[in-house]
Amino acid sequence: MKKNTKINILLLLVVVALAVLPLALGLGDHKEEPFTGADGEAETAITEIEPDYEPWFSPLYEPPSGEIESALFSLQAALGAGVLAYYFGLHRGRKQGERRALERVGEEPKADKV
Amino acid sequence: MHITEGFLPPAHAVAWGVASAPFVVHGVRSLTREVREHPESTLLLGASGAFTFVLSALKLPSVTGSCSHPTGTGLGAILFRPPIMAVLGTITLLFQALLLAHGGLTTLGANAFSMAIVGPWAGYAIYRLLRRYDVPLMIAVFFGAFVADLSTYCVTSVQLALAFPDPSSGFMGALGKFGSIFAITQIPLAVSEGLLTVLVMRLLVQSSKGELTRLGVLLGRQGSRDETEAVAR
Repeated sequence: MKKNTKINILLLLVVVALAVLPLALGLGDHKEEPFTGADGEAETAITEIEPDYEPWFSPLYEPPSGEIESALFSLQAALGAGVLAYYFGLHRGRKQGERRALERVGEEPKADKV
Repeated sequence: MHITEGFLPPAHAVAWGVASAPFVVHGVRSLTREVREHPESTLLLGASGAFTFVLSALKLPSVTGSCSHPTGTGLGAILFRPPIMAVLGTITLLFQALLLAHGGLTTLGANAFSMAIVGPWAGYAIYRLLRRYDVPLMIAVFFGAFVADLSTYCVTSVQLALAFPDPSSGFMGALGKFGSIFAITQIPLAVSEGLLTVLVMRLLVQSSKGELTRLGVLLGRQGSRDETEAVAR
């Protein structure tokens, strides 16, 4: 495996470890409901500070269930990941095409293979 | 994690909206100019927006026992300068407010101010500062993204503390409270965001040298040093 690829995989592994460690170490155990959203906790803090506060506007559309909500969040991630993959795939393909075209012409292919 | 719909008093909601609007308008102008003058950058602009989309959909567990998500705004700020991210960040916030009931329309101004304006500017400032002192590209990128992420949630904490000062301990007391909810939770996530931004930047260095040179991320003629550094890391 190339050194570059190794470093990239290492970066991903550290990110995974950072996400898994709080779960594995049970850092949410002191809470009634572990690993809820920080925005929800902020709502609780607001009602603690100002018990009379009433939200004066509610979302126009609210996902009817947790499942639908997570589906929409996945959709968001999938859209983003799709565009990113398209970008990198396109560039890789372009380079490959250029290299092949050069080979066909009989010139030396570019040295900087990626 | 953004301020929930309806959870900022109307006066605050309007004030943050007014504060954010000029940045977003200016951002739209920069974005249209960029696309007009450099149509070839459209793809990379899309990729920067896409990165924000992915990262702000990833709710990750953190050391505080709660969950939050990164912002992904550092990458675009480093590549295209912060005004562009004022637009791309606001679009992401709008998507989440309209479809996911995450954040909100009344809190859009405040959330845009933290995630689409202060975050990108703070991250970009750190990135430029480190680059000026010849810090290697990828280290500067890491800290740029880290600061963009963390400063976003520091601003969120300040915004909430301004709106809801603690009856006994005042603004500072409330800031401590909201800071421990948002900012502390965010520290490991900001590290993750920094690492993921470095990963994407490494892939960009491999695939899009020309673009990065034009954008000034990689230096043209004398830039071979940067590139070897980037690859060596």
